[in-house]
Amino acid sequence: MKYRSVFDIIGPIMIGPSSSHTAGAARIGRVARSLFGRQPKWANISFYGSFAKTYKGHGTDVAIVGGLLDFDTYDERIKTSLQLADSLGVSISFHEEDAITDHPNTAKVVIGDEDGELELVGISIGGGKIEITELNGFALKLSGNHPAILVVHDDRYGAIAGVANVLAKFAINIGHMEVSRKEKGKKALMTIEVDQNIDDKVIQELSALPNITQVTKIVD
Amino acid sequence: MFRNVAELIEIAESTNKKISEIMIEQEMEFTGKSREAIFAQMDKNLEIMEQAVERGLEGVKSVSGLTGGDAVLLQKYIEKGNFLTGKNILDAVSKAVATNEVNAAMGTICATPTAGSAGVVPGTLFAVKNVLNPTREEMINFLFTSGAFGFVVANNASISGAAGGCQAEVGSASGMAAAAIVEMAGGTPDQCAQAMAITLKNMLGLVCDPVAGLVEVPCVKRNAMGAANAMVAADMALAGITSTIPCDEVIDAMYKIGQTMPTALKETAQGGLAATPTGRELEAKIFGVPLQKGD
Repeated sequence: MKYRSVFDIIGPIMIGPSSSHTAGAARIGRVARSLFGRQPKWANISFYGSFAKTYKGHGTDVAIVGGLLDFDTYDERIKTSLQLADSLGVSISFHEEDAITDHPNTAKVVIGDEDGELELVGISIGGGKIEITELNGFALKLSGNHPAILVVHDDRYGAIAGVANVLAKFAINIGHMEVSRKEKGKKALMTIEVDQNIDDKVIQELSALPNITQVTKIVD
Repeated sequence: MFRNVAELIEIAESTNKKISEIMIEQEMEFTGKSREAIFAQMDKNLEIMEQAVERGLEGVKSVSGLTGGDAVLLQKYIEKGNFLTGKNILDAVSKAVATNEVNAAMGTICATPTAGSAGVVPGTLFAVKNVLNPTREEMINFLFTSGAFGFVVANNASISGAAGGCQAEVGSASGMAAAAIVEMAGGTPDQCAQAMAITLKNMLGLVCDPVAGLVEVPCVKRNAMGAANAMVAADMALAGITSTIPCDEVIDAMYKIGQTMPTALKETAQGGLAATPTGRELEAKIFGVPLQKGD
């Protein structure tokens, strides 16, 4: 089941006009921001499908940038996010793509600064709910049924065991897990779906483990 | 966890509880939060809805200038007393319009289940409130009952206009509202499902063709008619009328219609009202672009 909480249906509280094109876009931007871990210096945002056709009128552009600035769906500052980004020195570019994607509301966000880059593809499935389908070229197979943790790590022995041990310590049960890497010994990504909601303490402890670059939770 | 309307009704009937209660219990189980915390969160949503209705009834104008002010016109019309339908229906319609006008004006709203369809549930709730005089708790329960039916639609079909057309948005919202009205009026869980089915049946095939791609024309008026549809269907269900096609099958039909609907009619602004000469002119005017998509 993609929608699990009654507040997925009665909610979110948001700035109009479109839950999928405005609130969903803000959430995609905010997940990218949170995975990047800091405010980016630049962002290249590509819209596909219905996003590409209608983003101007729906404020999809201001919403996704609002998300990149860490604003929630109901934050009034969303309306002026483009000016705010400009004044904060964040340069933004938008691209309308013609490619047909699996989902009609798809956005690709590439953000970065002098220390790094992040590329994320998100889809807005309706009512403000989103799914992240790709991160830095890694396809994510999140069912959306459970809270998830994303762990970027170096491809070394013991990295996975370390993460599993911490989760066990906090009595968190893994429902589904995937590890993907681009090349042996290089960057890898663990996608872990768990049954329990994840405390910040768990994230901190995971982040402190050796060979772990970044830990982010995706919870609704 | 209920997966469809049949299961929802079965749980409610076998435990002798209301639909809202089943939704609350499921939310408690899923989130691990207390009843108080869940109630407080829904109370906040209700507050946002109230504020949006009030703001809309004072009169708003959207950024594009396409919509706004109709809720006020309708309230003034009701006051004159010469209406042909009914006061409660028109009250629901005006409050649904009020909410959606606020949405189009980039105001703060609560999506139910989406922003484009955010008018119907609060619109009917605040109209029915004046007839049934519910407690605050009963008003919050209205939202849980709406949520329970929306939950089934979202998981078995779609609540996205881009995926399923406007039947998935205003159609779902109207069905959700109808079911919640029935519960508030003292109907049975089964009558709630009948109201949902009757409403959604009458919104099947509804395309999503926003003019200039904006969620305001025809969306504001579709929220109006969705609210009217919900009010009538609720009365029908309370009168004992049932839907020949069971609620779950109606939801499934809606899903399949959405899948076979052409992309031009699913929130792309390429077909329907968006592709009319006036629709194209408005698009060109609002965005200052030449008429290039004209067909």
